[in-house]
Amino acid sequence: MAMKLALGPLLYFWPKEQVIDFYRQVAEWPVDCVYLGEVVCSKRRALRLDDWLQIARQLRAAGKEVVLSSLALIEAGSEISTLRRIAQNGEFMVEANDMTAVQHLKGREYVAGPHLNIYNPESLALHYDNGARRWVMPVELSQQTLAAMQQARPPQLETEVFVFGRLPLAFSARCFTARACQLPKDNCQLRCGDYPDGLDMQTRDQQSFLTLNGIQTQSATTCNLVRAIPTLDELAVDVLRISPQSSHMQEIVTLFRQTVAGDIDPASAESQLNALTIGSASNGYWHDSPGMQWIEQQQPFGLGTRYE
Amino acid sequence: MSGKVELVAPAGSFPALRKAVDNGADAVYIGFRDATNARNFPGLNFDEGTAGEAIAYAHQRGSKVLLALNTYPQPGSWPIWTAAVDRAAALGVDALILADTGLLRYARREHPELRLHLSVQGSATSYEAIAFYREQFNIKRVVLPRVLSLTQVKRIIANTDVEIETFAFGSLCVMVEGRCYLSSYVTGESPNTCGACSPAHAVQWHETDAGREVRLNDVLIDVYKPQESAGYPVLCKGRFEVNQELGYALEEPTSLSVLDILPELVRSGVSAIKVEGRQRSPAYVAQVTHVLRQALDAAQRDPDNYTPRNDWILQLDKLAEGNTHTLGALDRQWQ
Repeated sequence: MAMKLALGPLLYFWPKEQVIDFYRQVAEWPVDCVYLGEVVCSKRRALRLDDWLQIARQLRAAGKEVVLSSLALIEAGSEISTLRRIAQNGEFMVEANDMTAVQHLKGREYVAGPHLNIYNPESLALHYDNGARRWVMPVELSQQTLAAMQQARPPQLETEVFVFGRLPLAFSARCFTARACQLPKDNCQLRCGDYPDGLDMQTRDQQSFLTLNGIQTQSATTCNLVRAIPTLDELAVDVLRISPQSSHMQEIVTLFRQTVAGDIDPASAESQLNALTIGSASNGYWHDSPGMQWIEQQQPFGLGTRYE
Repeated sequence: MSGKVELVAPAGSFPALRKAVDNGADAVYIGFRDATNARNFPGLNFDEGTAGEAIAYAHQRGSKVLLALNTYPQPGSWPIWTAAVDRAAALGVDALILADTGLLRYARREHPELRLHLSVQGSATSYEAIAFYREQFNIKRVVLPRVLSLTQVKRIIANTDVEIETFAFGSLCVMVEGRCYLSSYVTGESPNTCGACSPAHAVQWHETDAGREVRLNDVLIDVYKPQESAGYPVLCKGRFEVNQELGYALEEPTSLSVLDILPELVRSGVSAIKVEGRQRSPAYVAQVTHVLRQALDAAQRDPDNYTPRNDWILQLDKLAEGNTHTLGALDRQWQ
């Protein structure tokens, strides 16, 4: 079966109208799954759960599989209450990004998200036993680890890999966007809304290094693994995650779709995509190297696969 | 307020463990000399023989030894971690400090009598996450990530019967522990995968006209003028530019210290307070343990009349990163 394409949760804080308009377009795009909801900061309340559910139903009506994502860092009582309502929505599967969510979802089918630290088959089995039916590989793991995980994974457990977008690298109690704006977090004025692709943090020699996105720190580079699609397919990966940026998303999704379908050469897709990324491209983690690096491929790469 | 609060001290070597025990640590935590623990630095940590001697030394003097196996094993090296769990169990450690759910499951299954603590690297920041770990693995204690306010710490304690351990002093992680890949993004090695953050082999110093540059795998972390003191280049504590302004965009070089709020921590019902720093010298361990022993005793004896002594503050600041301290996330203003 052909690999499915998923649009990952929107990690930035966009105005409500823009979000609604974005997902109205997504309904027409060639993606199979859409993850919806707030993963980064509970203070971003432009869209409430009911708003997300409304978008979810529209996307489902358009034939998309919808998953509700949940917060990666859960501390406050209000965050637990919101999580409880998401877990009990009764309509859509939920992506757990913290063990708090797993505690609420266990016994039901859930997606074990990229922030759960699943590094080995024994962890995978634990989540499977608790109800996980899909897991998303942590972004710092390599194709070698993926291959070993695929050999050991339980049947009926789908594997999803983050293949495009700025990499979510860390979370903190501190809001770095508010800090950059000299504001305390409790009076952040939702300044992250001013940066639709996050706030660029440069080194002292003016190299883009990281991206500040509220309490989340992302890479400045944009991960692009389109060239690895033949290998991902060979490893029986089920779902490819594309993380939204503010521009060119339809073209990006379409290039991935064409590559999965074999309608376009991965090398060609790669160069076309690298012209559309917000940051410069990276693929280091996939090659068991520093995540920020771009490993140039002379030959179509993979674990013995050649793209024909 | 529950029973006596334990003082948990770090030891990266047998001499450091002796200093910790001799200066009044109720428990000392150590790691094996490999990637199975989050302070995997050259020349540090214990082989099996030394670990056995260290445990005997501590036990003879009434101190416990906790063993940290708090990195995340991958399939290729899984047997190294499970062997470490088996070895720790055979050595008779008082508890294992684990982060990885796979390893927790293995330890629970293979060594059901072994006491398990959830490492700070396990990222449990709510009482429901803690409930998950307790129900699944029967953990007896959790070390809280340094991202919670004091109010949140109290709420957790009020809603769980798992023992709570909080950090009291030492280097401050700005990010949620166990959820930070910044180091592997730059160097290929992270606390989760290799037990290393900003590893020394990736550090490059260069004298330039602008000053002393320090890079991590070619990424410029900071530049120091001749009169500026240059600390170890942990990548989240460098100076960067955001919106054309240069500064410590993530965090200044500083250490956590809870000296000011010890009575509140004691009253909140924490079971243990912990000192960071298995990579530090025996002298460091001796001084920090010595100060915190006195402070913790004072805070428990008469919490209402406790004030941190000036000499304690001075001694700890001298040992702190940047010679200064913060309450970190415990204080909401910091966030």
